[in-house]
Amino acid sequence: MKPFAPAEICKIREDFPILQRKVHGDRDLVYLDNAATSQKPLCVIEALNHYYRQTNANVHRGMHALAEEATADYEAARAKVANFLGATDPKGVIFTRGTTESINLVAQCWGQQLQAGDEILISVMEHHSNIVPWQLIAQRTGATVKAIPLTSSGELDLEAFETLLNPKTKMLSLTQISNALGTVNPVKEMIAKAKANGTTVLIDGAQSAPHLPINLSELGCDFYACSAHKMCGPTGIGALIASPELLNAMPPWQGGGEMIDQVTIESSTWADLPYKFEAGTPNIGDAIAWASAIDYIQTLGMARIEATVQEVVNDAASRLEQEPGVRLTAHPTERGGAVSFWLDEIHPHDVAQLVDQSGVAIRAGHVCCQPLMKHLGHPALNRASYHFYNTQEETTRLLEAIRIARKIFGVA
Amino acid sequence: MLRHMNSIAEAQAELIDEFSMFEDWQEKYAYIIDLGRELDPMPEEFKDEAHKVKGCQSQVWLHAEPREGKLHLQAESDALIVQGLIALVLRIYQDREPAEILDADLGFFEDIGLMSHLSMNRTNGLHSMINTIRAYAASA
Repeated sequence: MKPFAPAEICKIREDFPILQRKVHGDRDLVYLDNAATSQKPLCVIEALNHYYRQTNANVHRGMHALAEEATADYEAARAKVANFLGATDPKGVIFTRGTTESINLVAQCWGQQLQAGDEILISVMEHHSNIVPWQLIAQRTGATVKAIPLTSSGELDLEAFETLLNPKTKMLSLTQISNALGTVNPVKEMIAKAKANGTTVLIDGAQSAPHLPINLSELGCDFYACSAHKMCGPTGIGALIASPELLNAMPPWQGGGEMIDQVTIESSTWADLPYKFEAGTPNIGDAIAWASAIDYIQTLGMARIEATVQEVVNDAASRLEQEPGVRLTAHPTERGGAVSFWLDEIHPHDVAQLVDQSGVAIRAGHVCCQPLMKHLGHPALNRASYHFYNTQEETTRLLEAIRIARKIFGVA
Repeated sequence: MLRHMNSIAEAQAELIDEFSMFEDWQEKYAYIIDLGRELDPMPEEFKDEAHKVKGCQSQVWLHAEPREGKLHLQAESDALIVQGLIALVLRIYQDREPAEILDADLGFFEDIGLMSHLSMNRTNGLHSMINTIRAYAASA
């Protein structure tokens, strides 16, 4: 599939009001922190505006026009998410606050069946959100958390994976794209091996749902977690996607309104899916605006988004690699939206602060991956993360900002 | 020990005057980085978990001890800009009486265009460092 041409990206950028702004006085903003959160097109901002101006009502219970419209729009958003990700049944789409909450839900509810001696397999490149929830349930159940090591190029060590996968492995929970290294993991093959081993699989799609066409019926994982805000939608909304059979077999998550069928003082019965896992008034407005974000990126086309992001990030990786004083953290064969690096003799925080003065927003720190940092032997890194609206000219601006930073430090 | 001839307010006015000479942000940051490089290194014995300032993504260590009724501070960071900012803070706070530290308003950060470094942003930690110094002063 063909990436967007520069003229097309120029047109796309007009849809994003924030990309027109300036920072630190008169500098054009270069936003390269998309792995943290993406920017929002006007249609998403307008969908939120429209919801609160025209439709706002609580869903599923009101007997009036607004409640019916809000319920219809909220449920249409659920169907849109299911369709976008290739899930067979919208009842298996649980709205959550985002990927983190989705993984916690699985760890706390599905994880209750774990027993002492059971193993949860993750990897060294996981985000803390795909580590800590498993540690919490492991402490409660006596299960152990194991991690797939990485190769020197920053990819999963697949031989080690096959050795680690054993009859005690009850859960494999993996990120599809590393937020820190940009590595795209061969999850389809790994899911097949895990399923053949009788292991349940969760895929952390926080970084992949924004960049890759996802078809869950083909991917074959049991759980998929993602966040709207990384795919041009609002913050505070995301989803857990699973088969209704699996979700029905799990105990509920939080108790409260919406998730019940009958309540007495002594006991309660649960509502049907997906409401069993959506206690309390849900995040209606953001779910509806997320649907609008999905419409937007689907109209652009996920295959073209994938090609565009790959082109711009591969170009950035090779130009950063050639830049004096810059070292890449990883050399994966397939790269998602992110490229991370170190500057010789300059702390990543100093780099990000100086680069920001030139108007370029990048990330510095452990990027929520402290075990990965330990593996890399550095407490922090710099990360430039791209989306389909980023351009090669913006990478040029990043490189110029890096040169200025090195000059200020006296290392250029 | 440093003998202060001036008040915290005067020390801040001096810094504002110094920074007014810079033509652009690059000169300003180059100066902060120089200050960071010139800061006395902290004794290794203090660079431990107990002296780490919480809430910084870059590592910052801080040690404070009363000397002749005044608070003597030693601090270091692995990030050089932060270390330069530490040097600025020490220019204001070093060897002052605890009461003077607690009364001071660090307005100079705004005046020299470094206000964003005092924000609540956890990646920076200057805010946490100043709070830690103030806590030492309050308990001295």
